[in-house]
Amino acid sequence: MSITYLEAIREAQARALADDPRVFIYGQDVGVFGGAFKATKNLANQFPGRVLDAPISEDAIIGMSVGAALEGLRPIIEMQFADFSTVGFNQIVNQAATMFWRTTRICPITVRLPFGGTSGSGPFHSQTMETIYAHYPGLVVMTPASVEDAYSMLLEAVAIDDPVIFCEHKLLYYHLKAEKLPTEALPVGKARITREGRDMTVVAYSAMVHEAIAAADELALEGYQIEVVDLRSVKPLDTDTVMASVARTGRLLCVGESWPWGGVTAEVVARVTQEGFGLLDAPPQRLNAKDTPVPYHPNLWAAHRPTARRIAAAARNLLRQ
Amino acid sequence: MFETVLKPGAVGEDSRFRETYLKAFRWMVLARILDDKLASLYRAGKIHGGVFLGRGQEALSAAAGVSLQPGDVFAPLIRDAAGRLAFGEPVIDAVRTFMGSPLGPMRGRDGNVHRGRIDQGILPMISHLGAMISVVNGMLWAKRFNGKKGMVGIASIGEGATSTGACHEAMNQAAIEKLPLVVVIANNQYAYSTPNSRQFACESLAERAVGYGFEGHSVDGTDLSACLNCVGDAVEKARSGGRPQLIVAQLLRLCGHGEHDDASYVDSRLKSNPDFRDCLKVAEDELLERGWANDELISGWRAEAAKTVEEAVATTQREAAPDPFKEDWSALSTRHLCEGHD
Repeated sequence: MSITYLEAIREAQARALADDPRVFIYGQDVGVFGGAFKATKNLANQFPGRVLDAPISEDAIIGMSVGAALEGLRPIIEMQFADFSTVGFNQIVNQAATMFWRTTRICPITVRLPFGGTSGSGPFHSQTMETIYAHYPGLVVMTPASVEDAYSMLLEAVAIDDPVIFCEHKLLYYHLKAEKLPTEALPVGKARITREGRDMTVVAYSAMVHEAIAAADELALEGYQIEVVDLRSVKPLDTDTVMASVARTGRLLCVGESWPWGGVTAEVVARVTQEGFGLLDAPPQRLNAKDTPVPYHPNLWAAHRPTARRIAAAARNLLRQ
Repeated sequence: MFETVLKPGAVGEDSRFRETYLKAFRWMVLARILDDKLASLYRAGKIHGGVFLGRGQEALSAAAGVSLQPGDVFAPLIRDAAGRLAFGEPVIDAVRTFMGSPLGPMRGRDGNVHRGRIDQGILPMISHLGAMISVVNGMLWAKRFNGKKGMVGIASIGEGATSTGACHEAMNQAAIEKLPLVVVIANNQYAYSTPNSRQFACESLAERAVGYGFEGHSVDGTDLSACLNCVGDAVEKARSGGRPQLIVAQLLRLCGHGEHDDASYVDSRLKSNPDFRDCLKVAEDELLERGWANDELISGWRAEAAKTVEEAVATTQREAAPDPFKEDWSALSTRHLCEGHD
């Protein structure tokens, strides 16, 4: 038996609903239909009255979940595509994210964002939104890269007393598989060294972890050992694990699927430069998507985002320095 | 808090109405005196940031506040001192929040009208207009999910907020979920400086009720009796399982948008229009005319209200200011997930 990244997300929600009577799911088409990606398949039948179809009103969807959280419930919100969360942005960053600090009242909502590029999805169904949410205080931003993490981190997201932006990568939904669901997990806030190596550190998160591993495989044939760090959550960002890796390798390449201005890769490079300048044998590097909207055609899309080939090329440049 | 009545009235509805009227009137008086004091403190430089008053809107606001019961939800507008007081917010919450006291409900972290008591159902508003309505929806939905019955939520907004997408989304959502929501719109003719003619083009905002599946009502927002009847009826309809309710009150803001604003843009014809009298004066005249109070009694109420406000201000002024070195700079309740930078 094997389980996909998407099935793990469904199973985590089923378990959260079964274990905690305060949990409910709210989002567009999540009810009997089971969601645009089937992440809530059968849940409406299994948990009557707790999996609700919402009108196309992202602002009101988040607003309502905040109110329900204030009454002690644990809402899981599915944004049909992360891109559409911009319509609910105000409620996320100004209502949910400020609630605890302003009032001492917790606001435990989990906002699931099916995010990231897939071929043929174009400018409005492909965006990665982690940068913009990580910028705001009061939010936890998770970016699981594995089936196991998708499952355990989603359960932890529901349990956490703060608003969580759960970025699940659409490209991983169907293709990424594991043998079984995990029984234990790293705590949220800890990065994982997915692949050990001594020559260079590649920091990545979400789907880019897999591109980084493929690049590391390619470079292994050339005799280089590349260490790949999976951030798992971009906020909090586990600087300690990154620094420890850079201390061993002396070289840093940070890879993100989001746009190049600012963001997670810039944050990682800034922190390592500020706190670990002496550890670096070469200038730290960043690799991001191009600074345009995400293109539609597969040829353009493949050239827009960082791929294993581009990562390997950037790594070779850095290894030569 | 307010139980005083002048003389025993007739039994039944009339006496209950009189009691409610007197209570509401006294909350209006207290709110006006509180607002006047806040305006003085602002002019004396004692308040950082803006001061936003409810002058001219107290009748509608008090009517909303007295129609609510414990267990209900109230998302006030920036001009709702009267309604807040009537629903149980202590005077000192307002003073402490305007003055930034660490002992206030917002502890100096948020100010002026951005205060609440969530445990008592008073929501601390964010500045983005229309954004509180769906939060009220969520609280009502969750109460019902938790098996509670008979509650109501009032979301109070101005006519300006009706132009937001958030308002549209939330009203539609409330109707879909059949929530016991009452949206009270104070049409005070100006959203900051923008007149009705640049805000909406329908004859009356109450017409929109039909489109949302709400029941709509219009009321003279300067007339306390009319407000008590209209809001009271709408609240009872929502409470007993009727459709969500929309109330549109016509009134005039008798102050600037904030105290920094001289409101010179307000059309002088509106100021002299008898439809836009001061609701507090109208209510006082009605009280005297009905023989429910006399000048002496009303003066006593004013003096009592002034004393309450002065005491709250004096208490707050003795309180230390927030100390940034003692501040817990954590935006998350889950401490180990805070990034922990100084």
